[in-house]
Amino acid sequence: MPNLPSKKEIFLTGLWKDNPVLRQILGICSTLAVTNLMVNTLVMDAGLIFTVCMSSLTVSLLRKYTPMRIRMMVQTLIIASYVIIVDIMIKAYLPDISEALGPYVALIITNCIIMGRAEAFARHNPPLASLLDGLGMSLGYSLVLMAIAFVREPLGFGTLLGFSIMPEGFVQWTIMITAPGAFFTLGIMVWIMKYFRPQPVEEKK
Amino acid sequence: MSQIHPLTLFFAAIFTNNILLTNFLGLCPFLSISREKKSALGMGAAVVFVMTTTTALNNLIYYKILVPLKLEHFRFIVFIVVIAAFVQLVEMIVERFFPPLYYVLGIFLPLITVNCAIFGASLFMVIRKYAFFQSLAYGAGSGIGWMVAIISISAIREKLQKTSKLPRGLEGPAITLIITGLLALAFLAFSGMIRVQ
Repeated sequence: MPNLPSKKEIFLTGLWKDNPVLRQILGICSTLAVTNLMVNTLVMDAGLIFTVCMSSLTVSLLRKYTPMRIRMMVQTLIIASYVIIVDIMIKAYLPDISEALGPYVALIITNCIIMGRAEAFARHNPPLASLLDGLGMSLGYSLVLMAIAFVREPLGFGTLLGFSIMPEGFVQWTIMITAPGAFFTLGIMVWIMKYFRPQPVEEKK
Repeated sequence: MSQIHPLTLFFAAIFTNNILLTNFLGLCPFLSISREKKSALGMGAAVVFVMTTTTALNNLIYYKILVPLKLEHFRFIVFIVVIAAFVQLVEMIVERFFPPLYYVLGIFLPLITVNCAIFGASLFMVIRKYAFFQSLAYGAGSGIGWMVAIISISAIREKLQKTSKLPRGLEGPAITLIITGLLALAFLAFSGMIRVQ
C-alpha cells in the first residue's frame, strides 16, 4: 500500500486529531450514559479499549478470508464475541458496576466506533497498524469520556471517584447527573473543540 | 416478571422513559439524520416498525429458546443477528410489494441495524424482565418516543438554519446536542407522572 502513514501517526490520529467523539461524533450513546460517575466510566473505557483493539486485530487478520458481501455480519459477530467476554468478566469481578452499567456494556456492540474502525481501517490494513489504530481511537474515546465524567461527577454529586472534593456547603447540581446535563456538557465540549480547530471537511457534506 | 400494565409501559416509554432523551440510545442517527423533517419522519417510521417487531421477537426467542437451553450469555449475538436478519427481510419484502413505501423507508432500513436504540430496547426488555405483551408495548412506545424526539429536533433545526446566526463552531452537532439537552429537560417534566423501572 503506498504512503502508509507511520505507526505513530496512526496512533495519534485516533487519540486527538480525529478524536472519535469530539470530531466524528461517533459512539456517543454510551459516552453520555455512563459518565455520571467516574468509576463507571473507567470500567466502560477498559471494556471498550479491549473490544476495539481485539476486534480491529481480528478483522485485520481475517481480512483476506472474509467475503465482501457478508463482511458486516462477520465483523458484527467478531465484535459481539469480544463484548460477551467483557460482559462476563465485569459480571464476575465487579458485580456492582455491572449492575450500574446495565445494558451499556452490551451496547458496545453497536458502538459505531468499533464498526467504523473495522470498516474504514482494519479491513484494508495489516494487523499491527489496525491494532494501533484501534488503540488510538479507543484511548481518544476514553479520554473524552473521562473529561465528561470529570465535569459531571463533581458538579452532580460533589465527589470524584467517590471521594468528596467539593467545599462544605456545595449545592449539588442535580441536572448534571440527569440526561440534560450530559447533553449540555458534550455539546459545549464539541463547540470548544470546533471553535479552536474548525473542520473544512464538515462543510462539504 | 414485572407487573406493569402494557399500556402504562407504552406511555412511559414515550414520555417519562424516552429511550433517546433519558437513555441516550440511538444518538448517532439522531444527529446525522435530523437535518430535515422529511428524512426524520422516514427514519422515525422505520425505527417504530423495526423496534416493535424485534423487541417482541427477541422476547420470544429469549424466553422460549435461550433460557431453556441455558444459553443466556449468547443473547447479544442472537439479538443482533435477529435484528440484522429481520431488517434485511423487511427491506426485501417492502421493495418487492410496497414500492412507494420503499421510497420513503428504503435508505433508512440498512442504517437501522447499527441503531443502538433497537438493540438497547431488546436489552432493556431482558434486564427489566418484561413479558411478551409488555415487550410489545415497550418496543412500540420506545420507537414512537424516538420518532417524536427526532421529528421535534429536525423541526427546530430547520427553523434554526433559516433564521439564526450561530457563533463560530456552534453550528452542526454542538448546537444540536444543546437543543437536545433542552428537549430532555422538557421531557424531564413528565417524570413522576408514571414510575417505571
